[in-house]
Amino acid sequence: MDKAKQIKQNYKEMVEKASPSSNMGVNCAWAFFVGGTICVIGQIITEVLKTYGYAKDDAAMMTTVILIFIGALLTGLNIYDNIGKYAGAGSIVPITGFSNSVVAPAMEYKKEGYILGMGARMFTVAGPVIVYGVISSVVVGIIYYFFK
Amino acid sequence: MNKHLGKQTIRFDNPPVILASSSIVGPREGEGPLATYFDTIIEDELYGESTWEKAESKLIEKALEKVIEKANKTIDDVKYIISGDLLNQLTASTFGIRNFKVPFIGVYGACSTMAESLSVAAIIVEGGFADYVIASTSSHFCCAEKQFRSPLELGGQRPLTSTWTVTGSGAIFLAESGEGPKITYITTGKIVDFNIKDAMNMGAVMAPAAADTIINHFIDTERDENYYDLIVTGDLGKVGKELLLDILKQYNYDITSKYMDCGIEIFEADKQDTHSGGSGCGCGAVTLAGYILSEMGKGKWKKVLFVATGAMLSQVSLQQGESIPGIAHAVAIEN
Amino acid sequence: MDYVNAFIVGGIICVIGQILLDKTQLMPARILVLFVTLGVILTALGIYEPIVNFAGAGATVPLPGFGYALAKGVINEVNTEGFMGVLTGGLKATAAGISAVIVFGYIIALIFNPKAKA
Repeated sequence: MDKAKQIKQNYKEMVEKASPSSNMGVNCAWAFFVGGTICVIGQIITEVLKTYGYAKDDAAMMTTVILIFIGALLTGLNIYDNIGKYAGAGSIVPITGFSNSVVAPAMEYKKEGYILGMGARMFTVAGPVIVYGVISSVVVGIIYYFFK
Repeated sequence: MNKHLGKQTIRFDNPPVILASSSIVGPREGEGPLATYFDTIIEDELYGESTWEKAESKLIEKALEKVIEKANKTIDDVKYIISGDLLNQLTASTFGIRNFKVPFIGVYGACSTMAESLSVAAIIVEGGFADYVIASTSSHFCCAEKQFRSPLELGGQRPLTSTWTVTGSGAIFLAESGEGPKITYITTGKIVDFNIKDAMNMGAVMAPAAADTIINHFIDTERDENYYDLIVTGDLGKVGKELLLDILKQYNYDITSKYMDCGIEIFEADKQDTHSGGSGCGCGAVTLAGYILSEMGKGKWKKVLFVATGAMLSQVSLQQGESIPGIAHAVAIEN
Repeated sequence: MDYVNAFIVGGIICVIGQILLDKTQLMPARILVLFVTLGVILTALGIYEPIVNFAGAGATVPLPGFGYALAKGVINEVNTEGFMGVLTGGLKATAAGISAVIVFGYIIALIFNPKAKA
């Protein structure tokens, strides 16, 4: 029975040895390329909007909205998850990934109804992002108010 | 005569006979190396239904209909159906057999369910409580992703240690007597927890459980690896396989030459992008019902130890920081 | 030059995310939370603004940019509205994005259905 204990103790190392690790070099190259490309598309949209007379901040906001739409559409067309398979963080971290994280559960849980399924589950992944984003911004606001 | 041996094993003096088995699989499994062994390959994962869950129920229903047909019996001959699946409250089994009007015993053993349902069925038959009993199980990739992981359309990467849930259902028709391979022993597994918390590495979770059950089977039956032609696990995948063989070697059992894993057999990992292998209740079930039993019929193997492995994953306990317990049940099938 | 900067900075932020994904067992949702919070903090410390000025969309499109918008909104609103700005600034600045994601998400989910992975 000592053997069982011994194996259990060494098990973490055994698992690490047996588990192939992802090819981080390739993953990072994909993430860099796809993430960078999405940002360039964002930059192009911003520049185009500016030529139509949008102010810098408004152009940035409009860009966000347009990218959210593109992310949502690509999710609906069953394309975004296939990009994510290669791009990893490259398609998770940009705002299009945020959009994907809202649309994917909304689509998946539609069958459980429009209110408790789609409505309630829409923010299962993205909800925490808004929760912690808002909380940290409020904390920053309080500190800024008292110490500015 | 005492039928219970050692710690975990039951010997059947009148071994129940496997009269027939049936398997139905999804499109991806139908493109895999075992395709020719399956009775039915469905064309799309929805199987003409409106939800993934209904599709999985239909898989069970069709597998049961098929096995009854192949055994040349009618539904009225069947005294019990023992079935289970991965979905909450065993919905796939419950809805799948809703129309059969046959007494139902639901079992949950995560991906070890095929061996568990087969064990219960064998006990009922050998105990003389019923002449015909069906054991079955199912899993469905889309249902499992939705319940245990993330929505299908969510973009992301699956680590190389992860496995691919098999879409499929297998059913086995047991009888008191007749022609076919017999169930001679069962070794019921214990919960074995080696403190793994990585839900993307199920092979690592289940390998110690598989080793524990195999070792106890050998001790209880006074057999060893030389007795069997084939020792087959349910869904350890490549990672779990390596760990299992390693652990067993430390106990001085070397099963390498007899060993096979259903999860590795069912997919061509590199081509089909399934990483460590197939998994899910359906993985062991369709490989046993389709591939192994039909090859046993042809005489490729005579003595098989089928060890289905399960990771008792719960989203709740996992999020509460608990590790994932594993279990494995063994069924000795001999010609 | 704007495009090159956007590409490189955006790419680097994603690579940091990828390293976290591969090296830690953090789930994507946690990394997203981490990035947004980090964006808020870096903006408050005055570090993120120069990155935005340098990289444009390369810094605003990745999720720390969402944190940047939240923090900048709060700070601007506190300047103009006083203490109420603490509660209104963040969501006001990001309202377009959040409304867009809800509306587009809802419409798209109405139209399309999930498919089994190819």
